[in-house]
Amino acid sequence: MEYSVESRNVSRTFKKGKNEGIVRALDDISIKIRSGELFGLLGPNGAGKTTLIKIFCTLLLPSDGSAYVGGHDVVKEADSVRRIINMISGGETPGYGLLTVNENLWFFSQLYGMRGDVAKGRRKMLLDAVGLADQGNTRMNRLSSGMKQRLNVARGFMNDPEVIFLDEPTLGLDVISAKQIRGYIRNWVNTQPQKTVLLTTHYMAEADELCDRVGIIHEGRVVACDTPSNLKATVKNKTVFQFKVTGSGDYGKLSSIKGVAGLSWTHHIESDTSTLKVVLADQASASEVESALTGSGSRILSAETPEPTLEDVFIHLVGKGLQ
Amino acid sequence: MTAPVLSSYMERNLRTVVARTYVRVVGGFREPSWLIWDTILPMLSLSAYIYVYKVMNAPREFTGFVILGGAMISFWLNVLWSMAANLYWEKEIGNLEPFLIAPISRMAMLMGLAIGGIFNTTIRALGIVVAGILIFQVEFLVGDAFAALIVFVLTMIALYSLGMVFASLFLMYGREAWHMSHLLQEPIYFLSGFYFPVKYLPFWLQVAASAIPVTFGMDAIRRILILGEGFQSVSLHVIALALFSVVLFVMARWSLAYMEDMGRREGRLTLRWQ
Repeated sequence: MEYSVESRNVSRTFKKGKNEGIVRALDDISIKIRSGELFGLLGPNGAGKTTLIKIFCTLLLPSDGSAYVGGHDVVKEADSVRRIINMISGGETPGYGLLTVNENLWFFSQLYGMRGDVAKGRRKMLLDAVGLADQGNTRMNRLSSGMKQRLNVARGFMNDPEVIFLDEPTLGLDVISAKQIRGYIRNWVNTQPQKTVLLTTHYMAEADELCDRVGIIHEGRVVACDTPSNLKATVKNKTVFQFKVTGSGDYGKLSSIKGVAGLSWTHHIESDTSTLKVVLADQASASEVESALTGSGSRILSAETPEPTLEDVFIHLVGKGLQ
Repeated sequence: MTAPVLSSYMERNLRTVVARTYVRVVGGFREPSWLIWDTILPMLSLSAYIYVYKVMNAPREFTGFVILGGAMISFWLNVLWSMAANLYWEKEIGNLEPFLIAPISRMAMLMGLAIGGIFNTTIRALGIVVAGILIFQVEFLVGDAFAALIVFVLTMIALYSLGMVFASLFLMYGREAWHMSHLLQEPIYFLSGFYFPVKYLPFWLQVAASAIPVTFGMDAIRRILILGEGFQSVSLHVIALALFSVVLFVMARWSLAYMEDMGRREGRLTLRWQ
């Protein structure tokens, strides 16, 4: 078995409502993830990341195409797939509030037939890894939301799956907790080369830091797939300009300037300034962008050409940022 | 399925049953206030029926009928609102996805829920019976304890299997299935004779009532515990309950698999607020 996770021309449509037509959430997706790989799916909300994960996890059937996990067909051999996987959805906090942290993890371990002593050992190790070692006897309904999310991470790894699907696992977590979780995920794959991770995120830095390869998904299609460094290399011959300007506005019209391959911007309310990232196919266009910015009444506070990031790759491929 | 695979499948499902039972029982005892409210409040409506029967100079055993009816209603309510709606609530609190991606039978999860529910509800039902004995001096004539046990167990299997069928509807239709529970609650109270013996209903209503497993369970339990009758007089009840148990159990298994498959196809399995 060469690939641990594979989709072949997978499409998925949903009915919108009565007489409202259909939505194509996934459109002819083909990806191949090797055993031992930490693969990231990067894309904005609604791009189709969760839909694809649900298909791999046997929660959803593809409308077209086929998908395999551990060599098993997710439609025809769903039970075989379920034996080797687990999934963590960020922002979710499964479990029972009246049970303690230890009891909840024991409960979920039983769904995988784990013996009590084995479950106890894993529970201790995982609680330590997610920073909840001292909360074992605390009822879940007395944990903070961040702690509940960390408990969810421990739950997902409880059965030591061969393949784990992480759907925005650090969503809403504080910086320290998110770093802790990322460290655990990376270490889990590094120390067990046969394990595979499919991670979805819209945090560019997270994908860059963690993933061996990244697939960029936009409107249900994979628009690029490579290592983070190779993806960034695709914008090496482009110039990424980062402008900081006063005020805010709709900077979308800048994309009509010849040579602008894509742009995104963020408005900072506190300082009433905006940061624009502009990917230029032709560096000569920079002066036109500057003129357009000053012409629109903004004052340019700074202009830099930073090292390309995955966000720049996304802007270049899709023409706009993730926001 | 090879022997080791089958053995591991059985172990997983048995452990799931035990774990889900544990959640139900332990969870129930960590919020014990329900013991008081679920015992005291139903006694008010039961008392109303008992006083009506007293005013009408109904036979003394009618008080026992009402108390046993009240005890059995607890199980019906547990099936209708806790068992049936369970998968809806599991979905809302985020538990359904981890359940559905686990390599277990959905029946195992619901069986654990049923056993835990039966345990907790038996405590509540016993509370009602004890209150009936203390307040209304209900006399029980346990002539054949074994027959009573058989009838009780078969009634529970049939009732909770019906609950599993309902659970599959909640799995697919979510909140829409609440209407079904509302629709079934009062008619079943009436038809299954929770507060009076079904033999006083017109014949055609008795025929309709015979489609409800709890009607047989209720009548048989009353015959054994209040009228002191033996196994012989409830043998047909036992056969009917055994048939209900088998048919409803098979139907529950089929219905859960069918609804899950439909949910996967239509993308409604983990869709919330529906």
